[in-house]
Amino acid sequence: MIKIIKKYINYIYLILFAGLIVISYLSSKRKPDSVTELFTDFGWLNNFPKWLDAPFMVWINDWWRAFSAKYGLIFDAIGYVLLRAYSITKNFLIDVPWPIVVLGVVLLTFYASGKKIGTTIFVGFCTFSIGFLNPRFWDKAIETTTIVFIGILLCLIVGLPVGIAMARNPRVRNAILPVLDLMQVIPSFCYLIPGIILFGLGAIPAIIGIFIYACPPLIRLTDLGIRLVDKEVIEAAESFGANKKQKLWGVQLPLALPNIMQGINQCTMMALAMVVIASMIGTRGLGDEVLLGLQQLNVGSSLEAGLAIVLLAIVFDRITQAYGEKIQERTQPAKKKKAI
Amino acid sequence: MAKIEVKNVYKIFGTDPIDVLPQVKEGATKEKVLEDTGHTVGLDNVSISVEEGETFVCMGLSGSGKSTLIRHLNRLIDPTAGEVIVNGTNVMQLKEKELIEFRKHEMSMVFQRFGLFPHKTVIQNVAYGLEIQGKEIEERNKIAMSQIEAVGLQGFEYQYPSQLSGGMQQRVGLARALATNPGILLMDEAFSALDPLIRSDMQKQLLELQSELKKTIFFITHDLDESLKLGDHIGILNHGRLVQVGTPEDIIMKPADDYVEAFVKDVNRAKVLRARTVMVKPDKFNGKDVKLSESYKVDGDAFIEEFLPKVLQDRSTIVVVDNKGDTMGYITEKELAISLTKTSHNESAKTF
Repeated sequence: MIKIIKKYINYIYLILFAGLIVISYLSSKRKPDSVTELFTDFGWLNNFPKWLDAPFMVWINDWWRAFSAKYGLIFDAIGYVLLRAYSITKNFLIDVPWPIVVLGVVLLTFYASGKKIGTTIFVGFCTFSIGFLNPRFWDKAIETTTIVFIGILLCLIVGLPVGIAMARNPRVRNAILPVLDLMQVIPSFCYLIPGIILFGLGAIPAIIGIFIYACPPLIRLTDLGIRLVDKEVIEAAESFGANKKQKLWGVQLPLALPNIMQGINQCTMMALAMVVIASMIGTRGLGDEVLLGLQQLNVGSSLEAGLAIVLLAIVFDRITQAYGEKIQERTQPAKKKKAI
Repeated sequence: MAKIEVKNVYKIFGTDPIDVLPQVKEGATKEKVLEDTGHTVGLDNVSISVEEGETFVCMGLSGSGKSTLIRHLNRLIDPTAGEVIVNGTNVMQLKEKELIEFRKHEMSMVFQRFGLFPHKTVIQNVAYGLEIQGKEIEERNKIAMSQIEAVGLQGFEYQYPSQLSGGMQQRVGLARALATNPGILLMDEAFSALDPLIRSDMQKQLLELQSELKKTIFFITHDLDESLKLGDHIGILNHGRLVQVGTPEDIIMKPADDYVEAFVKDVNRAKVLRARTVMVKPDKFNGKDVKLSESYKVDGDAFIEEFLPKVLQDRSTIVVVDNKGDTMGYITEKELAISLTKTSHNESAKTF
């Protein structure tokens, strides 16, 4: 049965396509009075004819209306959970005195980088400079950080299992890859605007936007990392009778970890980029300041805010990179230097 | 009953191997199958039986299907057709859980590029099989330590594999395979990635270990010297077909076809042939020009190279004796000359 379908799959596609053209023609309002006109007057060959219009817009709008009416509650629930997580984290970080926050970042860097003094001092300095640029930026940076943080958490929760599933099953990979392409290529406003309809203005559509925009690289690198693990090492594990779970947790994930860390790093950077774009749909944070500066033609103010975003990006990047390097050293220790 | 039995195994790589199988069974060559159907024939009607406690060496050039064959024994690869029977169990009929149990206890494998876990220390690597079996950490570390000592790596147990040299890494691989104490050891070109001195060192170590442990070893190599040194029986694969199976002496003295002959052409025969093989029986021996007073006794299992200098130096006749000291036959310069001359498979009947 499957073989027969495989053999004729191209014909099936052709029939579906022809059907789509017929439906488009029939549903079009600008079609000629009768079909025979098409064969007597060939004017439609010059310009793309108005009646050759797939009615996707109508379909999507109908579907969207039904969808948001039927499942609106679910999205309200998701939005509520995300909002609570956002406001609790944000309020906590804003209530804590700023020197303690800086100290926290420094300590985090120190341990994440495997006690590298240089990186630690640099990151601490960058963190301090965000507030130093303009004291107003401190709270805004914390808002931005919280959104990015929750967005990344969402990416991890969804992205890692999906990446693992893709690495293990080529069929899943073939199904997911086009979705990832779509997520990366589609202009961000196309999902930020429906996001507003589902979740309202503010931080939540930004988090959803981060998820759509920043999750694909994490999924791709997780998948790639697991598939790049040396085949002989996998065979070795199998030959000793490791089951799928033991293989995944004991061998594949530890060896893919440097790649996965790279994915998390990319995810972080893209999340930060998205949170700036999201300021245009009313998300508060550093992007908000850039937008304000632009609207007032205040070059200094918007440049200052831009610089603060760069500093924030550096802090995120250094911490995740340093942690990735530390893991890499642990899983693939450098060759012992030979005594001469 | 043989420990490992491979019965009429076919392996075809491609999208629809089952459809191509009849063509291969009818005897189409590998090239023709590839041209007609785009499928690659990995193994073509291979049957092997390996007795308990022996070392079976499977030899062939790269692409001859030897690595594919060894992966059928623990079913890392499923055959297109045929049976693999290990210890009386039909490996093909095992369900996934049974297969995992089978791999845990029956056999373990040593890999060409070592297949060590780079994120685990030497002792964790060696203990891996035991960890999978669910043994407690104290017990598995104890067994792992004794195996590390057996391969002479004590002092390195907390190093990572990348900190060791190639030879040391392969010893870790060997220790890891031995730690679970399996009856069967699969070695996939285990020493091929090592440089010649370390390789012969490892071969010696394997022979020493084998003389104590008496495992059933299935060894893959592309090196004829290695296979002659290690193998009790040798199987030669060419394009997925098994062209000859026999003892090292059979392979040297009676190569089955041009392919095998090309292989054995450059072998140092004196290192491989034993006195027992080249001697003439006493009844066929023309004893009148032999001065038995100048003779020299050797054991039937001695290699030619052990007594060759003696013959050349004082032109003496060798008396071949069995372990009780009774005469089994004689060797003179004439026999040596014949046995050391390169024989072609179509004239071997004449000289032998």
